[in-house]
Amino acid sequence: MSTAPTTDTRPARAAGDDELAPVTVESLAAVLIAKERPPRPSAWSTSLAFGWRAVLKIKHVPEQLFDVTAFPIMMVLMYTYLFGGALAGSTTDYLQFLLPGILVMSVVMITMYTGVAVNTDIEKGVFDRFRTLPIWRPSAMVGYLLGDVLRYAMASAVMLTVGLILGFRPHGGVVGVLAGIALLMVFSFSFSWIWTMFGLLLRSEKSVMGVSMMVLFPLTFLSNIFVDPKTMPGWLQAFVNNSPVTHLSSAVRDLMDGGWPGVEIAWSLGWSGLLVLVFGTITMRLYNRK
Amino acid sequence: MSKPGADLAIETSGLVKVFGETRAVDGIDLAVPTGTVYGVLGPNGAGKTTAVKMLATLLRPDGGEARVFGHDVLREADAVRSRVSLTGQYASVDEDLTGMENLVLLGRLLGHRKPAARDRAAQLLAAFGLSEAAGKQVKHYSGGMRRRIDIAASILNTPDLLFLDEPTTGLDPRSRNQVWDIVRAVVSQGATVLLTTQYLDEADQLASRIAVIDRGQVIAEGTKGELKASVGAGSVHVRLRHAHQRPEAERLLAQHLSAQVQLDHDPVALTARVGLAGNGDGATEQAARALHELSSAGITVDNFSLGQPSLDEVFLALTDRPATRPDDPNDDARGQAGSGGPTRKEGAAA
Repeated sequence: MSTAPTTDTRPARAAGDDELAPVTVESLAAVLIAKERPPRPSAWSTSLAFGWRAVLKIKHVPEQLFDVTAFPIMMVLMYTYLFGGALAGSTTDYLQFLLPGILVMSVVMITMYTGVAVNTDIEKGVFDRFRTLPIWRPSAMVGYLLGDVLRYAMASAVMLTVGLILGFRPHGGVVGVLAGIALLMVFSFSFSWIWTMFGLLLRSEKSVMGVSMMVLFPLTFLSNIFVDPKTMPGWLQAFVNNSPVTHLSSAVRDLMDGGWPGVEIAWSLGWSGLLVLVFGTITMRLYNRK
Repeated sequence: MSKPGADLAIETSGLVKVFGETRAVDGIDLAVPTGTVYGVLGPNGAGKTTAVKMLATLLRPDGGEARVFGHDVLREADAVRSRVSLTGQYASVDEDLTGMENLVLLGRLLGHRKPAARDRAAQLLAAFGLSEAAGKQVKHYSGGMRRRIDIAASILNTPDLLFLDEPTTGLDPRSRNQVWDIVRAVVSQGATVLLTTQYLDEADQLASRIAVIDRGQVIAEGTKGELKASVGAGSVHVRLRHAHQRPEAERLLAQHLSAQVQLDHDPVALTARVGLAGNGDGATEQAARALHELSSAGITVDNFSLGQPSLDEVFLALTDRPATRPDDPNDDARGQAGSGGPTRKEGAAA
C-alpha cells in the first residue's frame, strides 16, 4: 500500500526519550535466543521473592516505616504515663505488666496497613503480570505478609528498647523475650489475612481503614492488655477471656516473665491456624477472581 | 502435540464476558496460527482488553471456550500461564522499583537463581538500551522507556505467545516505530504475538491477519489484503486556495476517483476515499490522476495528502456507522473521519 502523508501533526517526541538508543534486531535476537527455561520455582522461593519486593519498597520509601517506629513509641509512653499511677501505683510497676500487652496491641494494630497496601497495590498493572505467572498462587500475598512480619519485628524491637529504657525488666531473659516476639509474629502473620481479604474486597483505601478500625479497636481494647478482666461485668469477661488477643497477650506476658504458658500458647497458635484457614481461603478466592 | 488445535496458538469459540448489563465480549471466535502477529483492531470499549485478559487467564469467561496451544484457559490455566506473557495497556511493571529490580524480581519468580536472574536482567536492559536507567525507579521513566522495560519483562523467558495490549497508545512516533521493530524481532524468533490496537496503520505494519472487533463481536476477519479490499486503500485529503472552487473540485474528484467525496468543516478542504479502481490502479496512481485533473481545470491546490483509512473509515465501510459513539466522552480524541492529516491521534490513551 502506498502511503505518503505529507503532513504530520503528531506532537514531537518526549524530551526524555532523546538518550534512548534504538533497539537493534541483532541485540534482541541474542536475548531471545536464550530459550532455556529454569524449572518451576517452589512456593517458598516465589513467596520469598515477593517478600524481597516488599523490602525493596521499604528501601525506596523509608518514610513508610513511620507507623512501626513513631507510633509504637507513642503508644508505650502514652499508656505508661496515663494509666501507670492510677492502675498500679507507679509507672515502673505498671510497665512490667503493660509492656508485653502494649506490644501485642501495637503490632496487631499495625497489621491493618497490610490491607491498605494490598488495596492500593492490587489495582496496579504489575499485578496483571504477577497473576499470569506460572507460580504458586498465594505467593504474592504470602510475600506481602513476609515483608510485613519484618515491619512487625522492627516495631517490636523499637518498643522493647523504649521499654527497657523506661525500666521494663523481663524475667524471662533474652530467650523469653524472643519466644514472646516469635509467637506474636506468628499470630500477626495469620491475623493479617483478615486485612488481605478486606484489601481485596473493599473498593477504596478509606473503606479499608474504616473497617480496620471497627475491628481493631474493640478487639484490642476489650482484652486483658490494660487491666485484669476480674473487675469487668460478667458478659464482658466472657468476651474478653475468650478473645484471641487476650490469649496472645497472656502468653507473651508470661513468656517474657520467664514462664511457659502452654495452654495460652496453644490457644494463640490455634487461633492463628483458624485465621489462616478461613481468611487465607477467602483471600485466595477473591485474588483469583479479581 | 496430539491435542486438537495444538497447531493454533489461540482458538476461541463463542467467548463471552458480561459485566453487569454490558456484554463486553459477546461471542468471539478466533483462530490464531502460531508464529505470526495477529491484530485485533477496534475502538475503545470494543472488548479487546477483556478478550485478552480472558486469554491470559486473568478473567474467567462467562461463556464459550478458549484454548491456548490446546490448553483450556480455565481448566489448564497453569499450563497456559507457562507459555504466555502479557504486556498490558498500562505498564505492567512495578513503578516503585528500579528497572533492574523489576527484571530481577521477575527472573526469580520464573525460577532463575539470583545470579542468573541478575545476568539475564542486565542482558535485557542492555539489549533494550536501558542500561543507564537500570538503577532508576520506573516511575521516573519516559513513556518510551516504560514500554521497553515492559516488553523486556514480557520476554524474560522467551514466551511462545505474547499478548501486546495497545503497545503504542500514547507513544510518540519514534518510540512507536521502535516498539514495532521489537515486535518484529520477537516474531522472527518464532513467537506468536496477539496485538490489540486502535490504529489501522499499526495492524497494517505488523499483523498478517486482522480481526476487527466492535461491541464485543468480530465484525470482520481476514488477511490484511482482504480487509483492505473491503475498506478501500485510503483517503485523499485536499486543501484548495479558493473556497469558491470547492464545488467544482468535488465534482472532479467524485468523477475520477469514483468514490464519495466528503466536505470538511474547513471551507477549502475536502476528502475522498480511494477504492480499488476497476482498472487495477493503486491509490497513488488514482490520486495523481485526480490531482492532475484538478490543476487542468484551473483549481489551485495548496496542499494534499494521501493517508491510510482511519479506524473510523474502516468502521464506516464495515458497519455504515462511525466508531465514534456519541455517548462516549473520550471519543473526541479519535475518529475524525476525513478531517485530514494522519490516521492516528496521539495521546488517546484509555
